[in-house]
Amino acid sequence: MRRPKKYESGEATQYISRRAALRKLQLSLNDFRRLCILKGVYPREPKHRRRAQKGSTEIKVLYHTKDIRFLLHESIVWTLRDYKIFAKKSSRDRAIKDFRNLKRRLALFPEIKLDHIVKERYPTFIDALKDLDDCLTLLFLFSTFPSLQLIPREQSNLCRRLTIEFLHYVIASKSLRKVFISIKGYYFQAEIKGQKVTWIVPHYYPFKPQSRQEVDFKVMSIFVEFYTIMLGFTNFRLFHGLNLAYPPQFPSSVLQDNEDTLKDEASFVSDRIAALNFELLRTDKVQEDEEELDIDMELLEQDGDSKRIIKMKQEAQEVARLRTLFKGLKFFINREVPREPLVIIIRSFGGKVSWDSSIYPGSAYDESDETITHQIVDRPSLGTQYISRDYIQPQWLFDCVNQRQLLPTNKYFLGEKLPPHLSPFVDSKRDTYIPPEEKALLDPSLIETHEQSDESEDEAEKEEEETVDQELLDAQLQLAYQEETAEYKKYGGVDGVNEDEEDLEDDDASDDDDDEEEELDEKAKRLKQEKQKMSVQSGKVHKVNKRQVHKAEVDEHRLQARMVKPRHRNLFRKLIREKQTKEKEEWLLRKKRRTIEADEKEARKTAKREARKEAAVAAAKAAKLGK
Amino acid sequence: MTKKLTLKRKGKEPEPTNEVAASSEASDNEEEEDLLQAVKDPGEDSTDDEGIDQEYQSDSNDEVEFESDEEGNYLGRKQAGGSSAEDDEESDDEEEEEEEDDDDDSEEEENEDTPSTSKPIPADDKPSSSSSAANKSTTNELPKRDPSKPEYQDSDTSDEEDIRNTVGNIPMHWYDEYKHIGYDWDAKKIVKPQQGDRIDEFLRKIEDPDFWRSVKDPLTGQEVRLTDEDIALIKRITKGRISNEEHDEYAPWIEWFTSEVEKMPIKNVPDHKRSFLPSVSEKKRVSRMVHALKMGWMKTTEEVEREKQAKRGPKFYMLWETDTSREHMRRIHDPVSAPKRDLPGHAESYNPPPEYLFDAKETKEWLKLKDEPHKRKLHFMPQKFKSLREVPAYSRYLRERFLRCLDLYLCPRAKRVKLNIDAEYLIPKLPSPRDLQPFPTVESLVYRGHTDLVRSVSVEPKGEYLVSGSDDKTVKIWEIATGRCIRTIETDEVVRCVAWCPNPKLSIIAVATGNRLLLVNPKVGDKVLVKKTDDLLAEAPKQDVIESERIKVAVQWSTAEADEQEKGVRVVITHFKPIRQVTWHGRGDYLATVMPEGANRSALIHQLSKRRSQIPFSKSKGLIQCVLFHPVKPCFFVATQHNIRIYDLVKQELVKKLLTNSKWISGMSIHPKGDNLLVSTYDKKMLWFDLDLSTKPYQTMRLHRNAVRSVAFHLRYPLFASGSDDQAVIVSHGMVYNDLLQNPLIVPLKKLQTHEKRDEFGVLDVTWHPVQPWVFSTGADCTIRLYT
Repeated sequence: MRRPKKYESGEATQYISRRAALRKLQLSLNDFRRLCILKGVYPREPKHRRRAQKGSTEIKVLYHTKDIRFLLHESIVWTLRDYKIFAKKSSRDRAIKDFRNLKRRLALFPEIKLDHIVKERYPTFIDALKDLDDCLTLLFLFSTFPSLQLIPREQSNLCRRLTIEFLHYVIASKSLRKVFISIKGYYFQAEIKGQKVTWIVPHYYPFKPQSRQEVDFKVMSIFVEFYTIMLGFTNFRLFHGLNLAYPPQFPSSVLQDNEDTLKDEASFVSDRIAALNFELLRTDKVQEDEEELDIDMELLEQDGDSKRIIKMKQEAQEVARLRTLFKGLKFFINREVPREPLVIIIRSFGGKVSWDSSIYPGSAYDESDETITHQIVDRPSLGTQYISRDYIQPQWLFDCVNQRQLLPTNKYFLGEKLPPHLSPFVDSKRDTYIPPEEKALLDPSLIETHEQSDESEDEAEKEEEETVDQELLDAQLQLAYQEETAEYKKYGGVDGVNEDEEDLEDDDASDDDDDEEEELDEKAKRLKQEKQKMSVQSGKVHKVNKRQVHKAEVDEHRLQARMVKPRHRNLFRKLIREKQTKEKEEWLLRKKRRTIEADEKEARKTAKREARKEAAVAAAKAAKLGK
Repeated sequence: MTKKLTLKRKGKEPEPTNEVAASSEASDNEEEEDLLQAVKDPGEDSTDDEGIDQEYQSDSNDEVEFESDEEGNYLGRKQAGGSSAEDDEESDDEEEEEEEDDDDDSEEEENEDTPSTSKPIPADDKPSSSSSAANKSTTNELPKRDPSKPEYQDSDTSDEEDIRNTVGNIPMHWYDEYKHIGYDWDAKKIVKPQQGDRIDEFLRKIEDPDFWRSVKDPLTGQEVRLTDEDIALIKRITKGRISNEEHDEYAPWIEWFTSEVEKMPIKNVPDHKRSFLPSVSEKKRVSRMVHALKMGWMKTTEEVEREKQAKRGPKFYMLWETDTSREHMRRIHDPVSAPKRDLPGHAESYNPPPEYLFDAKETKEWLKLKDEPHKRKLHFMPQKFKSLREVPAYSRYLRERFLRCLDLYLCPRAKRVKLNIDAEYLIPKLPSPRDLQPFPTVESLVYRGHTDLVRSVSVEPKGEYLVSGSDDKTVKIWEIATGRCIRTIETDEVVRCVAWCPNPKLSIIAVATGNRLLLVNPKVGDKVLVKKTDDLLAEAPKQDVIESERIKVAVQWSTAEADEQEKGVRVVITHFKPIRQVTWHGRGDYLATVMPEGANRSALIHQLSKRRSQIPFSKSKGLIQCVLFHPVKPCFFVATQHNIRIYDLVKQELVKKLLTNSKWISGMSIHPKGDNLLVSTYDKKMLWFDLDLSTKPYQTMRLHRNAVRSVAFHLRYPLFASGSDDQAVIVSHGMVYNDLLQNPLIVPLKKLQTHEKRDEFGVLDVTWHPVQPWVFSTGADCTIRLYT
């Protein structure tokens, strides 16, 4: 029997370096990259790198051998090779100006078909939904792109179409759960078939020309190529799940025969679809969402009431409430407010929305409509205002959704300084720092106490006011007194001097008395001391020095911590270090908050005081003038 | 017959209407001949001028004759080449061809259809004039050009330009570096004229009244003064008029070709039959196409366009039948889905709570880590905007998405179990120290009096007195309860070690100072005991065995001198090297000393009753650090730097070798039951050996932060203490069970840290009180401390 050689079995044969993979597949690096992106093949981290790299220690990109073998059987490898041939032949035609042949060839351009790859990468529909985050984020980005050299117009148009379709689904299914305005963009989280799908819609005009080293659009474009196909199939299934016609269409009621529709129906429809403001054509007639929910609730009730089920029930109720959060409200979006994200939010929670028809087609009603309940504005002031509606800033919508209730609008009025916008994605039960605003949201009683503290502050300030008033009075009294003394000096006689002498005599007498008292005191003191010695003293309660106890405990804990097993020592140290940094961060945030609040308070106080002083001075002046 | 020739002929004919006026044909012919003659002459002139050319072309003439059947084409080419030499032949040809012309040339006929109003003079000036004429003009002109004539009088083709510089149409800045600007016709350099600087130019501008009309010729570098005509021309051009002054824009329109449709055709040729009958072949083709369209072999352009439109873009259909069912397909091996991106926290909000914004220090730190962004606390800088309107696009958004893409296809993936445990979980579950009382917790007494570091301390077996040895060359005896120093015994050298005899019936202290080991009677406690001890040590027993030379050289026993006797020293054992450690056997008859420099004689065992010494080892096994007697068995523990060897003293053999895996052992202590050994090392560790279990440590403790100097077991309580250079004494619970199956329980109980630090040293020695749970420690700060 042959003696097995090193690296002929085991981990060394499981992995293959990229260079070897290229050689095996007979592809160029670019093609290989494209193939990997499309097929979702990624490098692997071996358990023992040195063994996997056949003894070499420098870090290589390693693929699983089975993955590469799997790629070998992929049909698009042949298409990639056909591309090469196509490029060669068509460039030849172009060079010899054989345009007839070139045209024929262009018509036969080898297209890559990715349907089977979607199925293969996501064997179940739920798998596809799980992986939708990156897809949506990238497609939302690409849908805003201008036509670039590496990104054809068609691709970005397709991205726009698919994302709009997806948004239609989100609106129709009312599956939006959380929203957040970050400095990077708008975060949306929807719950689709029990999967949480989060995506980012960038703020306006995210495209900036980038250097090749910074951003390679080619790579992103390949990703988009796959993601568009994937999202298309996902949309198809999602739409059918809701009984909506897939390439979204409108019921005939929307398409009234006016001039616009007759002129160019296709563009009219696509505009309206992009506006996200109309119900789509359904393939059935019945609305059944709410019924389903009711059934669920009943089932839950039957199951009894363990904690988990109660929690689930609560959640279900909350979600049900959230779905009809804006029902019956009519919104109007002002022109300076980003339209699309707000339309998604309002419409997926049952509100009605419109905007100025001149900024985007598809507005439902005018600004002058009296039934509008809320107008969303994002400017410091507004010319004409209607009394019948609330003028609020866009953050109100986001905060309402995250709180799952309609918040009072007074903090969000036109031109008001907004309260901080908190992220709904942080775990509220975490042990790190929780800002006071969030605490207040979690525990409504805290709001009251906070307000109370405000009141107490106010009281304190009132006291201060009183003292200020007192000072004012004092000053006036002083003035009066000075005037009096002046008068006295003018008309006064000898009486004043006599009074002084009498005072001096009194002092001497009192001194004598003191001496005698002292002698008596000494005796008494001695007696007292003796008595005290004999007397029963009341026992003192032994007070435990908490600090010392704590220190002792800490010491004890430290000693015990030194008994950690040697093999766990590094891990233990790491954990402790992590904990410490976390604590330090928390402490830092708390400290910053405290200083900020103190500063604000101080500023408020000084402002008030100054105002009052000014008022007082003005009053005094007025009084003087009155004189 | 070619067009070119006919055109040429037309050019030569001053009156093209001769054929219409048929009557004067004869006279015309004559005229024609004259003209031909006239054309011939200048050709001959030019041959005179260009003799060389003629010779060259005469060679080619043979060829011409050879191919002359193809006539026109060939000739035309020749003429374009500019040879006037073959004009003779040409003219002959033309004469022959004239008749043919009349017959069949339709083009000529068409020309003749034009109205017969003749305009002979402008015909001469037209650019379509014969090339021979052009040849003539160039050849004539070049040698001497008439300056008085306007440049373009005879012809206005651009070929006829005045070329003085022969460099051609090149960017003139190529000659910037040279002194010349090109070459004239004689291949002589055209030298650049003197160029003045700005000042000269300015002066000229002021002095020269014609400066404004002087222009530099870029080809020759010469200044050219524009004439009045030139200026008028320029003015006309700038005004957008036609440059030729004589041109009359408003001249009456001459209709060369009539715009009216004539009722009768001008020519009377009947249409061919073909023009009335439909083409059969076309009909066939059309019927074939119709058939193809019917059969669907062919498609109309509209259909093709529609199909193309439909084909463009992906097609979507129901790919998954249900939500969760999976079709069996070959997939990527062992798929690992990429982890999702972290969701944003409060700091990423466009309007975060104020504490999340960076202050100046944090900003600075954030900016400083520009090169290592992974070290940053946050990957972005939190910002606060007053309203949503002010939020700009995030500048790194594209980059972040790109990095995510790279992550997805380039980042190696593996399944890892993420350890989500609390640090507390890793601390072994030990009983609370409160349940393991009693143990010393507070410092209760400090014994002061030594003036240098106290190396060693030992307690009287009854627990009333304490002896300490110090670097100030004294041994002090203290009363434990009061902290009073009872006696001070001065020695000649530094006291390295003191040890009170564990036998309660004797009152002897062994003091190791320099080379000498002193057996001291402290004269404290029971007087009977003191007397008895004195008596015992007074007389030396009879030596019945003759000692070997090896031992004699190493050790000498002697009774102390008178002055030393007064101090209490009774016996002096002088060694050949400085003693480092002395230890008693449990019964108090044997004591062992260590001299690290003694090589193979570094460990010695002395028997007090017989005043005899032994050297147990003949060979050195390393630098001996300390030695120890087993409390019960006749075993002897020897610690070298790395290992501990256990010898059976009766059988005189090695029993066991304990591997410590440490760099340097500092001390050891044995459990009173004799099964467990505690070893302290200079590399911060303490090792607990279970002698029954293994030769490797049962537990390694890293309780101290610095070198551990000494360890000690309590005789009664399950306690042990360790003293270290980090000035701490750590008291631990070390319970050994009688049940062999149960492992010893070790619990650190208390850290007592009251010693002060002196030059890197903290606690040097620790000892337990023999009865009470009290621990004594000596330190480099010259004190002995008692913890109770």
